[in-house]
Amino acid sequence: MDDQQIQDFLKKAIDENEVMLFMKGTPEAPACGFSSRTAGALNSLDVRYAALDILPDPRIREQLSALSGWPTIPQLFIKGQLVGGADIVAEMYETGDLAEALGVEQADDDEAPAPVAEAPVQQAPIGLENKLS
Amino acid sequence: MPDANELKTRIEDAFPGAEVAVEDLTGGGDHFRAEIVSEKFEGLPLIEQHQLVYGVFGAEVGGPIHALSIKTSTPGG
Repeated sequence: MDDQQIQDFLKKAIDENEVMLFMKGTPEAPACGFSSRTAGALNSLDVRYAALDILPDPRIREQLSALSGWPTIPQLFIKGQLVGGADIVAEMYETGDLAEALGVEQADDDEAPAPVAEAPVQQAPIGLENKLS
Repeated sequence: MPDANELKTRIEDAFPGAEVAVEDLTGGGDHFRAEIVSEKFEGLPLIEQHQLVYGVFGAEVGGPIHALSIKTSTPGG
């Protein structure tokens, strides 16, 4: 797989997944505190999102930053648009702007915890890992 | 190796009149947090505010500067 093919794959992932998170590690086993906090914000809003671990090959990160113009990981895209990295996602979570951008209700701290979603939150691994050899 | 003072000076040069605080989070010279209060951020979406700050360091962020955590605000609040 050459650089252009990696970039094309990343573009497709961003286009095809309404909520797309590029991170270090996975939502279940994040490999960096910034990625962990960002995935955690999405998890607590009970949204479905696709996640891609950028660690298996340095070219993923190079091509992602070339595409997005954003230098660090994580990077969250909603509806094809770069929303930001860990700081922005944390700030938006606190203000409620993240829930709004995702079109979900954010449980108020003063109220009872939100009921468990009927369908479990699913993170779809998108499988670039297997195509890099 | 970059240090917190160097980052602070470079941000101040890029944002004249801004209040800038930079902390070396690990003491290792590669994970930093910058807090910047500048009029330049007025009316800009958060993502563009952060991009302005990242723009000061170009490819150094992700290179020698492994992580740069950013908190931006305007003098008005």
